[in-house]
Amino acid sequence: MSVDMRTYLAHVELANPITTAAGCAASGAELSQFFELARLGAVVTRSITMAPRAGRPTPRMAETPSGLLNGVGLQGPGVEAFLERELPRLVDRGARAVVSIAGGSVAEYTALARRLSDAPGVAAVEVNLSCPNVEDLGRVFARDPAASAEVVSSVRATLRYDLPVVAKLAPDVADIVAVARSCVDGGADALAMINTPLGMSIDVDTMRPALAAGTGGLSGPAIRPLAVRCLWQVHAALPGVPIVGMGGVASGRDALEMILAGACVVAVGTALFHDPYACLRILRELEELLKERGFERLADAVGLAHRPPGAGPRHRTDLEETSL
Amino acid sequence: MKETAGTPVQVTGTVLTTRRVDAYHALTVVAPGIAERFRPGHFVSVAVGGPHTSMPARRAFSVHDVKPDYGGTVELVFAVRGRGTAWLAERKARDTLDLVGPLGRPFPVPRDPCTCVLVGGEYGSASLFALADTLQQRGCRVDFVLGAASADRVFGALRARRMGETITLTTEDGSLGLRGLVTDALPSVIADARADVVYACGPMSMLRGVTAVAVEFDIPVQVSVEEAMACGYGVCMTCVLPVIGDDGVTRMARSCVDGPVFRGERVRFEDVGTIPFDALGAPGGRVQEGGAHSRNVS
Repeated sequence: MSVDMRTYLAHVELANPITTAAGCAASGAELSQFFELARLGAVVTRSITMAPRAGRPTPRMAETPSGLLNGVGLQGPGVEAFLERELPRLVDRGARAVVSIAGGSVAEYTALARRLSDAPGVAAVEVNLSCPNVEDLGRVFARDPAASAEVVSSVRATLRYDLPVVAKLAPDVADIVAVARSCVDGGADALAMINTPLGMSIDVDTMRPALAAGTGGLSGPAIRPLAVRCLWQVHAALPGVPIVGMGGVASGRDALEMILAGACVVAVGTALFHDPYACLRILRELEELLKERGFERLADAVGLAHRPPGAGPRHRTDLEETSL
Repeated sequence: MKETAGTPVQVTGTVLTTRRVDAYHALTVVAPGIAERFRPGHFVSVAVGGPHTSMPARRAFSVHDVKPDYGGTVELVFAVRGRGTAWLAERKARDTLDLVGPLGRPFPVPRDPCTCVLVGGEYGSASLFALADTLQQRGCRVDFVLGAASADRVFGALRARRMGETITLTTEDGSLGLRGLVTDALPSVIADARADVVYACGPMSMLRGVTAVAVEFDIPVQVSVEEAMACGYGVCMTCVLPVIGDDGVTRMARSCVDGPVFRGERVRFEDVGTIPFDALGAPGGRVQEGGAHSRNVS
């Protein structure tokens, strides 16, 4: 008996819950030389901007204990080149494409949403809220519930009604539940969390910051407990909202942890840099773990850890050590 | 064979032999699948630290040698620079390694026999020997110029002596060959050999100098660059450098999939480590985009 791995991102059905994380699979084509992209639940693209962006200077990456710091700065070809070249290639390969968008103003997000609305092959739009708001002294949208909601509602209003809007939240906030609730009130169909928290590393040999940009986004297993905490809090407060969980998922056990905390989709990021087959391996391991625990459907495991002790429907005997 | 050439695979390789070569380590790994797809200039990436490592980034290495023995072996040459390479240097025969390869764009080789000067700096010379083999099979004349800071950091002098029509060695401290840089010796080598093309692999400053010499002689130069990478197959976007495209537009090209081999005169060496103001999508001028201040996003 195999486990029913289907899941829903808002109303869009995905064959399985494992996707790439924005910015960790470039345009998707790079991974397709290793396996068929159609085997993933969805491919989430890097964040698309209106104009081409060259990103930040090198060095852009620094390895930290169980983590990676990056300061890539949204390098990409811009929305026109994306629609002309990258998106059709994803669609041709049978991949479900979730397009991540990034802008410096509400108007820019709206323009991107309008541009994507009539593009064939877009399964959902993820709104990267960790961009600096040029109209507000460069403070990131995700820091402020009102600014986040404004972006989300303008995208929701512009986008075709049947395309889900996924709001991607940053963990560097005092109250992530407030931001999440604000985004849902603004019309977000689903939430994605977490984006990379801000970190920094200094090279003690050169005695300079390790990244050209100084600070960067921290990813990898180092941030998984932070991600699980955010998922837990938001799922507890908004149990009906679908959540895409991510942050240091490197194995099926990690993915299951996210699902038990409340995620119905799990995105794989930094692990893709280490293992091009990470998504497929994690999916296989996840299915195996669900089967071992007696689940017939993935959906039955979503948010299960929120149940009081003893209320679990499954026999909880002879489980191996937890992943914590 | 034709379709699979160059397509990377992930394999579990078994270490066959390890040895010290002066200041460097050489590791021969049985890696079926990679060896038969390999072309000179390709590189491989290796997961370091074992299954429960705290090091999530792979390490990229150029390939010194590929042999069909034992189902296909690749030999990596590297210097210990940090925790990852230190771990790799401790591997023993029969240990297994997670390898992805072959990666990158290999050296283009001339269709007709010609004279080639191969310039290597430090362990960058390692990737030149497979190239020299291929060139010689096509009837090319090969001349070597190898250099480093000191004698123990010059890699492959003996092998170059066996293969090359001529070999010129340079060290900065004068402990081997001529005192100075490879670029000091290169003009006379090019002139004497009447070279048609230059191939180079080594530190960025050396590639810059070699390119300048080749441009002066008005002959093509192919350089293999070394940039820090997290993945090696084009998804992490960390190994970029400014490269001028066929259309004259500078783009931040990924050294893993757009390179590591580039035409020397196309690489803007003086701007490596920066975003040139005229690069496609460079910050400045476009206030709408949010400029260079974006953070926390990749």
